[in-house]
Amino acid sequence: MGAIESGFIGQSVRRKEDARFLLGAGQYTDDVTLPNQTHAYFLRSPHAHAKIRGIDTGKAKKAPGVIAVYTSADLEGVNGLPCGWLITDVDGTPMKEPPHPVLAKGKARYVGDHVALVIAETQNQAKDAAELIDVDYEVLPAVVNVVDALKPGAPQIHDEAPGNKCYTWAIGDKSAVDAAFAKAAHVTKLDIVNNRLVPNAIEPRAAVATYSRADDSYTLYVANQNPHVERLLMTAFVLGLPEHKVRVIAPDVGGGFGSKIYLYAEETAMVWASKRVNRPIKWAAERSESFLSDAHGRDHVTHAELALDKDGKFLALRVHTTANMGAYLSTFASCIPTILYATLLAGQYTTPVVYCEVTAAFTNTAPVDAYRGAGRPEATYVIERIVHQAGAEMGIPQDEIRRRNFIRTFPYQTPVALLYDTGGYDACLDEAMRIADVKGFAARKSDAAKRGKLRGLGYAAYIEACGIAPSNVAGSLGARAGLFEAGEVRVHPTGSVTVFTGSHSHGQGHETTFAQVVATRLGIPIENVDVVHGDTGRVLFGMGTYGSRSLAVGGTAIVKALDKVIAKGKKIAAHLLEAAESDIEFKDGKFTVAGTDRSKAFGEISLAAYVPHNYPLDKLEPGLNETAFYDPTNFTFPAGTHICEVEVDPDTGVVSIVSFSACDDFGNIINPMIVEGQVHGGLCQGIGQAMLEHCIYDSESGQLLTGSLMDYALPRADDVPSFKVETKVTPCTHNPLGAKGCGEAGAIGSPPALMNAVMDALSSVGVTHLDMPASPHRVWQAIQSARA
Amino acid sequence: MYTFEYQLPKTLADAAKALASTGGKPLAGGQSLVAAMKLRLAQPGTLVDLRGISELAGIRKEGDALVIGAMTRHADVANSAVVKGAIPALAVLADGIGDRQVRNMGTLGGSIANNDPAADWPAAVVACNATVQTNKRKIAAGDFFKGMYETALGADEIITAVSFPIPKKAAYAKFPNPASRFALVGVFVAQLADGSVRAAVTGAAPAVFRAAPIETALAKSFTPDAAKAVKVDAKGLNNDLHGSAAYRAHLVSVMAGRAVAAAG
Ligand SMILES: Cc1cc2nc3c(=O)[nH]c(=O)nc-3n(C[C@H](O)[C@H](O)[C@H](O)COP(=O)(O)OP(=O)(O)OC[C@H]3O[C@@H](n4cnc5c(N)ncnc54)[C@H](O)[C@@H]3O)c2cc1C
Repeated sequence: MGAIESGFIGQSVRRKEDARFLLGAGQYTDDVTLPNQTHAYFLRSPHAHAKIRGIDTGKAKKAPGVIAVYTSADLEGVNGLPCGWLITDVDGTPMKEPPHPVLAKGKARYVGDHVALVIAETQNQAKDAAELIDVDYEVLPAVVNVVDALKPGAPQIHDEAPGNKCYTWAIGDKSAVDAAFAKAAHVTKLDIVNNRLVPNAIEPRAAVATYSRADDSYTLYVANQNPHVERLLMTAFVLGLPEHKVRVIAPDVGGGFGSKIYLYAEETAMVWASKRVNRPIKWAAERSESFLSDAHGRDHVTHAELALDKDGKFLALRVHTTANMGAYLSTFASCIPTILYATLLAGQYTTPVVYCEVTAAFTNTAPVDAYRGAGRPEATYVIERIVHQAGAEMGIPQDEIRRRNFIRTFPYQTPVALLYDTGGYDACLDEAMRIADVKGFAARKSDAAKRGKLRGLGYAAYIEACGIAPSNVAGSLGARAGLFEAGEVRVHPTGSVTVFTGSHSHGQGHETTFAQVVATRLGIPIENVDVVHGDTGRVLFGMGTYGSRSLAVGGTAIVKALDKVIAKGKKIAAHLLEAAESDIEFKDGKFTVAGTDRSKAFGEISLAAYVPHNYPLDKLEPGLNETAFYDPTNFTFPAGTHICEVEVDPDTGVVSIVSFSACDDFGNIINPMIVEGQVHGGLCQGIGQAMLEHCIYDSESGQLLTGSLMDYALPRADDVPSFKVETKVTPCTHNPLGAKGCGEAGAIGSPPALMNAVMDALSSVGVTHLDMPASPHRVWQAIQSARA
Repeated sequence: MYTFEYQLPKTLADAAKALASTGGKPLAGGQSLVAAMKLRLAQPGTLVDLRGISELAGIRKEGDALVIGAMTRHADVANSAVVKGAIPALAVLADGIGDRQVRNMGTLGGSIANNDPAADWPAAVVACNATVQTNKRKIAAGDFFKGMYETALGADEIITAVSFPIPKKAAYAKFPNPASRFALVGVFVAQLADGSVRAAVTGAAPAVFRAAPIETALAKSFTPDAAKAVKVDAKGLNNDLHGSAAYRAHLVSVMAGRAVAAAG
């Protein structure tokens, strides 16, 4: 494994992809317009829970411009949408997996559930026709709150899931935890809700599906984070099509945050229909459709207890979480509140025993799945809020209670399955405290008090598991797919390079970061490297981008392919230079005979590979094009400390973020500017969750009350401060780049840092409980009830 | 959006005729109307675009009043030296509406005709005791706003301008809804030329209203503390996921106090 440390590594190279985005030359799915294209519109259920007694499409079919109208009755031979992760119940049975039909069959189970597909010459005609479809609904009582859904007598959503329960799952040694609690000097208890969120990528979901009679093949353009996975799930599980007859292209994608990982009903129905109508079909969600039908995030209700000894050492953590799955199991829904959540509950601490039980249930709401951080923000939120509360209750300063419990020897086996390879938690805490000017806080607080304002400081020391994932480990935990990554390095005759990666960039800047890795390794100008992603027709294979895995897993696959390119280059060089292969060194773009000045440039070697006149054809194939698959041996463990300082206006309940400081350890960093951008974006989303965002369904009707940006508060630029961001590095020990991943950290550390700051500020007026979001209204109410 | 006809008359008379003959709707900045049409919540058969009628836009002083044409964009109010000289609170109010794009398109006439319960302009119109001028008549502010999205306007009646008597002191304080940034509660306080005090509240109830207890308190003492000390009755105020009636009632006093402070 060659060290990668020079060249473009560690430099804030300007993003190669930005030229096309800034010039308006990006190609998003909705920019794809094919000859003879038609438009799709999905009629959605206006009811949260209703029997569908009949659907009359007669009038709609005769409406102007209508080409076809389909309902579930037409989808013969089409299976339901699959769930990619099997969770086993504590009673040993598999989780309940009720059918997830592409178009609602017999029943609609949430507002926005797909009832019919209308295809017309124009989008407006499709919409007009949809209004003519007569659906005979028998409205049923609905349940949207996950705790309510599990109560006896709650409306029954699926016959296959009695009592609406999907599974109860557990991890950890319960009796050891109970024993530790029995000996505890102090027990801190916490009841919290992790608020439900709507992802809101700037680009709504979109798809264009087209069928070719010439070779009986399909092409799907779709705003998606993992086109190969999309194709695999759609062909093998739902439509029964041979994979080689379906090409999935995820072109420029305007943000995903998890919501574009999944196989959705819309594109599946469109691929199926494209053959029936034998014309291309386009659909792009409107923002209100996105609100209704994109997979939502979070939505946990948790009770946690932390046992401590008299010095504030953690003895045990006991957690019970109820997780909302929504109306159907989305692609990875089942693993988020289990495998990606409970395994993180040790946090950065030496808590010797942890037990967590999770009950997942169905409700009459949109499916819930991974959203930036996916399980890890929920875990961090539980740990860091309870640690804050324990510190406050025991009178131990917030940095001190964390220091007393930090893990300091690595590798470290946690009581909840993970093996941390490396880390340096004190360094991040120290640095975060320095940039947050914790020393000056007391003075700032008393100054604020003079102005009638309440100041608070909040800490969050988070850890996450990224670089998902060793396939065999994931498989043993229920994953129904591998989690490796693939890469290909195609060296062209004149020495320029096209890299094909199974990772997908929807804002992350892979075209730059990966090019930096390749250009550095091959010693060639960065302009000579282009990165291709997002097309099953061009990229060999891929598992896609989520879970901060792209550089650690996708980048490593490319490094492995580079190793092969260099190894073959050495063979060619040895031949040309008439030296032994073992004497050839590759450095700075040159193959040199060790200890001499005889060398061949990288371009000369590539030319020889494609014009093999003087070439060892008897021993070596021509060409210079190498592929690699990389399956990680462990997760990576980015970690850090975030510190938030807030000022609360008790008159209005407004929380102002005075400063936000983050010190993160992402392992080695290829492009600091891109990493900083990822941190900023993550912080904004985390602050959004903590201060503003809250997806609310009406508890009676099941209607989505926050169905637009008029009611769902996304953070704006002036809601967040200018961030103070630093990094510390402990390189990942098990991938050649030493990289851990940085995409989600901001969204993981910031919610508890902010909420702890608010709790700290409000402690002086007696507030002991507050759930996210800390909106002015809620904060004011908390102050009122504390004063009452 | 449903299909619709579009007309661009050059005169007020032609616009009125077009409205009467088609039963259509006036189009101003389109910032409320077009959005509602996109959502298929509004279905006008004909849109009569007022943008071609030059007499409808513009800002001028007429005696003791500031007259703003119905088609004047929020951004033009916000940037107007005449407004800043006469009633600076109106420039501040206009500058706090929506975002730059909305302010560049949205108009005073459109805003008050629409009478969104959380719109900013109605508070100013009521507090300043302004007069709404239409192609048919003059309507006192107190008679213009009828209820949620309801005004005194007839079907083919077009607002031409609003005349604001210049107050002694005035200021607007808005507490934005964190999501929409419309007013969760907005209070416009004005000390009129005759010395009387008006405090008009938007966002808190189904329609703009005058907060009598605040006005009484401010008539006695035009100070922030006087406003803040008033306990506003929560009865009849909006109660929704953005704020309880009690919270809104409380904010009325707080925002009134801040407005008085800003009025100086
Ligand atoms: C993102 C966003 C944020 C916003 N934020 C705010 C905010 O913070 N505060 C706020 O107050 N508003 C806000 N608005 C609304 C904005 O101020 C609109 O401009 C205003 O409500 C309507 O004005 P318009 O000129 O766009 O009217 P249009 O949308 O064109 O028309 C609105 C209604 O008025 C009628 N109409 C228009 N002109 C006349 C006339 N001269 N005579 C008779 N009837 C007429 C139309 O027929 C229609 O029924 C926001 C809008 C958007 C899109």
